[in-house]
Amino acid sequence: MSSSFLPLSEEMFQARSVSVDLNNDASLLIDIPDALCERDKVKFTVHTKTTLGTFQKPEFSVSRQHEDFIWLHDTLVETEEYAGLIIPPAPPKPDFESPREKMHKLGEGEASMTKEEYAKMKQELEAEYLAVFKKTVQVHEIFLQRLSSHPVFSKDRNFQIFLEYDQDLSVRRKNAKEMFGGFFKNMVKTADEVLISGTKEVDEFFDQEKTFLLDYFSKIKDATSKAEKMTRSHKNVADDYIHVSATLNSLSAEDSTPLKHLEKLADLFEKLRKVEGRVASDQELKLTELLRYYMRDIQAAKDLLYRRARALADYENANKALDKARLKSKDVAQAQQHQQQCLQKFDTLSESGKKELTSFKGRRVLAFRKNLIEMAELEIKHAKSNMALLQGCVELLKSN
Amino acid sequence: MAREPRSEVTAKGQGDIISDPLGELFPNVVEEPSGALVSEPPTDIFSEEESVVTDSKANIDPSTISKANGVHSDEEQDLFSEATVELSLDSPRNERKKIENTRPPVAAPTVSVPPSTSKVASKTLEELEEEEEEDKFELNISITNPEKVGDGMNAYMAYQLSTQTTLPMFRSKSFTVRRRFSDFLGLYEKLSEKHSQNGYIVPPPPEKSILGMTKVKVGKEDSSSAEFVERRRAALERYLQRVVSHPSLLQDPDVREFLERDELPRAVSTQTLSGAGFLKMINRATDAVSKMTIKMNESDIWFEEKLQEVELEEQQLRKLHIVVDTCCDDVVWPMGCVFAKSVAMLGSSEDNTALSRALSQLAEVEDKMEQLHQDQANNDFFVFAELLADYIRLLGAVRGCFDQRMKAWQRWQDAQTMLQRKRENEAKLLWANKPEKLQQAKDEIAEWESKVTQYDTDFERISATVRKEVLRFEKEKTRDFKKQIIKYLESLQHSQQQLIKYWEAFLPEAKAIA
Repeated sequence: MSSSFLPLSEEMFQARSVSVDLNNDASLLIDIPDALCERDKVKFTVHTKTTLGTFQKPEFSVSRQHEDFIWLHDTLVETEEYAGLIIPPAPPKPDFESPREKMHKLGEGEASMTKEEYAKMKQELEAEYLAVFKKTVQVHEIFLQRLSSHPVFSKDRNFQIFLEYDQDLSVRRKNAKEMFGGFFKNMVKTADEVLISGTKEVDEFFDQEKTFLLDYFSKIKDATSKAEKMTRSHKNVADDYIHVSATLNSLSAEDSTPLKHLEKLADLFEKLRKVEGRVASDQELKLTELLRYYMRDIQAAKDLLYRRARALADYENANKALDKARLKSKDVAQAQQHQQQCLQKFDTLSESGKKELTSFKGRRVLAFRKNLIEMAELEIKHAKSNMALLQGCVELLKSN
Repeated sequence: MAREPRSEVTAKGQGDIISDPLGELFPNVVEEPSGALVSEPPTDIFSEEESVVTDSKANIDPSTISKANGVHSDEEQDLFSEATVELSLDSPRNERKKIENTRPPVAAPTVSVPPSTSKVASKTLEELEEEEEEDKFELNISITNPEKVGDGMNAYMAYQLSTQTTLPMFRSKSFTVRRRFSDFLGLYEKLSEKHSQNGYIVPPPPEKSILGMTKVKVGKEDSSSAEFVERRRAALERYLQRVVSHPSLLQDPDVREFLERDELPRAVSTQTLSGAGFLKMINRATDAVSKMTIKMNESDIWFEEKLQEVELEEQQLRKLHIVVDTCCDDVVWPMGCVFAKSVAMLGSSEDNTALSRALSQLAEVEDKMEQLHQDQANNDFFVFAELLADYIRLLGAVRGCFDQRMKAWQRWQDAQTMLQRKRENEAKLLWANKPEKLQQAKDEIAEWESKVTQYDTDFERISATVRKEVLRFEKEKTRDFKKQIIKYLESLQHSQQQLIKYWEAFLPEAKAIA
């Protein structure tokens, strides 16, 4: 797709926020007011308003790419001090694959369909494209807002650079070596997964959390993928309506056609597909996105547990080393110090981890509540307006 | 589940002809019928009435009777008795009133016309006057309770056919019989044999489906064979409703027998591979060939234009049908139910009680929603596809009556040619002075003269019938589509109402999360 500027409407803003309690602190307000879509790349305009003295200006905007967000996330993960915190999940890469593929197929099939049908399908696709766009802006924005509303993260130096630095960040981004480092990190994580399920947890709180998070994660992952399939199948039906309505339209538009009486039916199918499409996308935004987001968030919570487990393992290893040192009467002081450090690290982690996980729970419940309410209200609103539309149609037909 | 009989036998007309927006009104519709009745040479209404109730073989004979009845006043009488029936179909109100006032008493013309016919006809007219706007059913049919009879490859589905009527020609007011699919085909064969050559549009029955039936026979108890049976039941019902709502066909004793008689003889000629079946195939092929070679000198442009329209519409409906048919495939994915289950699982592992409850409620709503959604799309595509298929077949039948008219024209032309030849022959004989053969020649001329007259009359009659039938068909079609559309919209409304109910029930649960 060629370079196009897609301004975001007010409505789209209101539709966002999978999370809650964000962007309420006036001392640091962040949002993404618009974005530019250029070929493969999306350029986000990150806008900051702040009363904090740590920033050079009270209000400013920068342009950032997806990779910049990933860089920021990774630096946070690699920061030892944050080991006891839930690092907000990185936003997923903008994925325009699906609408792009469909657009391509549409282009190929252009010859076989009428001008109107083609125009309608193109419109559909553009709407889909826009929806993907909306979503990706949303997740990127939430990521930043999570950071800005966190007492610790909001003070992070790299975060500040991200918000403020008015040049391109590409210099600081991952090079090949770091990428490999990332890959290595992932491998270690998998080992940790084994570690965590195997370790016996003495702390009741963490034990419960571990069980809960592991179970919940697999369920929410399943729900997310099924939600995606359902949305796709609804979209297929919506496309079908387009075909039928376009055919009907083209047939009943011919002047001499005996099918004139089907013109109204064509209109109806047209309206139906719009309804179908709208219902599908609403559900997607509210429910599917909610599930997707919390799936990632729970992964982040699990990561915290892994880190704590690793700290525990480190501590246990340090203990063993100390015993060995005592036996050998060699480097005892050193070993003792190391052991103390590990213990301290583990304790800090456990303490902050507990706090984080508790607040995470509250956050999650609130977010579900908000989105479920909004989804129900939207569905009711749509159904009511459809009823009115249909009522009008029926009355018109019956009176004639 | 009891299905409400939807048929209405309109032996009376539709007062809404003028104000029907969904129909495509031809500018000449209002004038034509009256013009046709008055300006055309007196059509042989008797022969028409007769042919409805007697065998096809008797077709030739009534014409001689009618010739005997060539007295003008009688024909005028005939005109009006036909008018009684005809007017009920497509004349505007004014015409009706005018002719009713001047209607002479209808004498029973020949023995073969059952008195009930004229009684029905006059009753119809009165009803017209009284109940223009009201939809009063004189005969309702419904087809229900498909049941498998027998086992294995000889098994078949038997349907219950129930009739409710106030018509006096039936033995009772309400009765039920059992019929199988081949019985319906048999009915069609009989009606088609008798009436299509007179230009009537005989509604075609639903199509045979060897695959569908085999699955049922073999005993596959799955949803697809249940669906097949249901679709067939609905199609048979629609078919029969069209038959009984045709005022002339309803008079046919075969139709009456079909509705009333307990046991029908098995209609073997409808078997695909029987001798009669082959014969039919051949006949159809011959017809097709002969149609191509008839080049008609059309005196009335209406027929030519109308035929073109019919052919165009059939083409267009076929295109539409293909598109809708392919959409039917997309409806079947029960993704919503799968999703609902996974939400329920999620709810069960959620540790916040209120949220857990809300999630399981959500699962239920999603499940119900998906069911609604499925039924909806089902309705949209399947029902619409069936309606289109019906009309594609019907349009084929309409084309058929135009063909019949052409054949009648051809017969007339051929007779004229023959007459010409006979006259030339006579002239030759006169010249050659062969008095013995002269008498024979004169006889032959007389014979062919009468044939020419008869075929001419036939042709005019068929033309009038075709015209009438086509107009009636168009009105029926418009009404049918409109009815379907309204029904469809109402079912959509119902779905939306249900949706609102579900979500409104869910909302407090969501709000209760803490």
